[in-house]
Amino acid sequence: MRELIDLFIAFAKVGVMTFGGGYAMIPILEREIVDKRNWASSEELMDYYAVGQCTPGVIAVNTATFIGQKRRGILGGIIATLGVVFPSLVIITLIAGILTSFADIPAVKQAFAGIRVCVCVLIFNAVTKLWKKSVTDKATLALCLLVFILSVFLDISPAVFVILCAAAGILFTKVGLRGK
Amino acid sequence: MIYLRLFYEFFKAGLFAVGGGMATLPFLYDISDSTGWFTHSQLADMVAVSESTPGPIGVNMATYVGFTTAGIPGAVIATLGIIAPSIIIILLIAKALKAFRQNKYVDATFYGLRPCSVGLIAAAGVLVLKLALFNTELYQSTGVLTDLFNFKAIALAAVLLVLTRYVKKIKDLHPIFFIAASAVVGIVFAF
Repeated sequence: MRELIDLFIAFAKVGVMTFGGGYAMIPILEREIVDKRNWASSEELMDYYAVGQCTPGVIAVNTATFIGQKRRGILGGIIATLGVVFPSLVIITLIAGILTSFADIPAVKQAFAGIRVCVCVLIFNAVTKLWKKSVTDKATLALCLLVFILSVFLDISPAVFVILCAAAGILFTKVGLRGK
Repeated sequence: MIYLRLFYEFFKAGLFAVGGGMATLPFLYDISDSTGWFTHSQLADMVAVSESTPGPIGVNMATYVGFTTAGIPGAVIATLGIIAPSIIIILLIAKALKAFRQNKYVDATFYGLRPCSVGLIAAAGVLVLKLALFNTELYQSTGVLTDLFNFKAIALAAVLLVLTRYVKKIKDLHPIFFIAASAVVGIVFAF
C-alpha cells in the first residue's frame, strides 16, 4: 500500500515537472525514478522510453505504466499512470474554467490570435523534427506526402490512415522497398 | 450519451496516435469535425494552453477538450479514455519487452506509422495555418485578394520561425516563452 501511494506521488511529481512532454521528461524521470528511488536503472529507463515511443499513446503515460508495472504489477501500472495525469487534470481544469469566463474580453481574444500564430510555428517545427526521424527513404516519403494530401482534401478519419500505413510498413519491408 | 462518446473518441486517439503529444492533434480535429463539440479556433487555443502548462501535451489536450465538452466529468473521462489503451498495451507487452522491441513485424509496422503520423500532423497544421494567417471569411465577403492575408500575423510567424529555428540560444528556449511573447504581440498590435 505504501509503495502504491509512493508510486502515485512520484509520478504526480513527474507530471507537474514535465513541461511539454517528450524528451523534456527524461532528466526528471532520471532524478525521481533512478536517483532518488532506485526503481529502475538508467538503461531500463531508456528501454521503456524507446518502447513508449513505438507504442501508441502518450509517451509519458507509457513510461509511467511500465515502471509502475515493474514495481507493483498491474495495479502498480494503473496507479503510476493515474499519478502522471493527475496534475494535468487539476491544472487544466482550473485554467479551462478561468479562460472560459474571460474568453470574450477583447484583449484575451487578441492575445489568443497572437498565440495561434505561435502554435502554427510550433506545429511546423514539430513536423520538421519528426520528418527527419520518419522519412528515411522513397517509400516513407511517398507515404507521408500521400497521407498529408489525402487528409487535407478528404474527410477521412486519421485512424484509417494509421491502419493502412501500418499495413504498408509491413508490405514495403516484405517486398524490399525499405531503405531504397 | 456524451460521456460514452467522449471516452470512445479519446480511446481511439490514444490507440492510434503514435509519436508523442502533437500526434493526438489530427484526432482532435477529427472529433471537432464529426461532433461539433468545439471549434477549430478553440482547439488551436487549447494546444497553446497545453504547451504552456505542466504535464504531457497529449494528456493536457484530452483534459481540456473533455472539460470544454462536458465539464469536470468530461475532463476526467476524456483523460481516462486517452490513457486506457496505453495501460492495456503496455501491461500486455511489459513481460515480453525485449521480444517486442526486436520483433520484425513491430519494427515494420512502425516504419510505416511514423511517416503517417508526420503527414497527419502536417495536415492538422494546415488547419491552424488557415485560421491564424488568413482571413478566409473576410475574403469571401469582400473578394479583395489583399483581404485574404492577415499581414500582421504573417509577419509574426516569419519572426517566430527565424527565432525558433535559427537563432542560437533563443531557439532552445521552452515554447512557453514564444507563446507568451506572441500573446503580448497580439494585444499590443491588436490582432
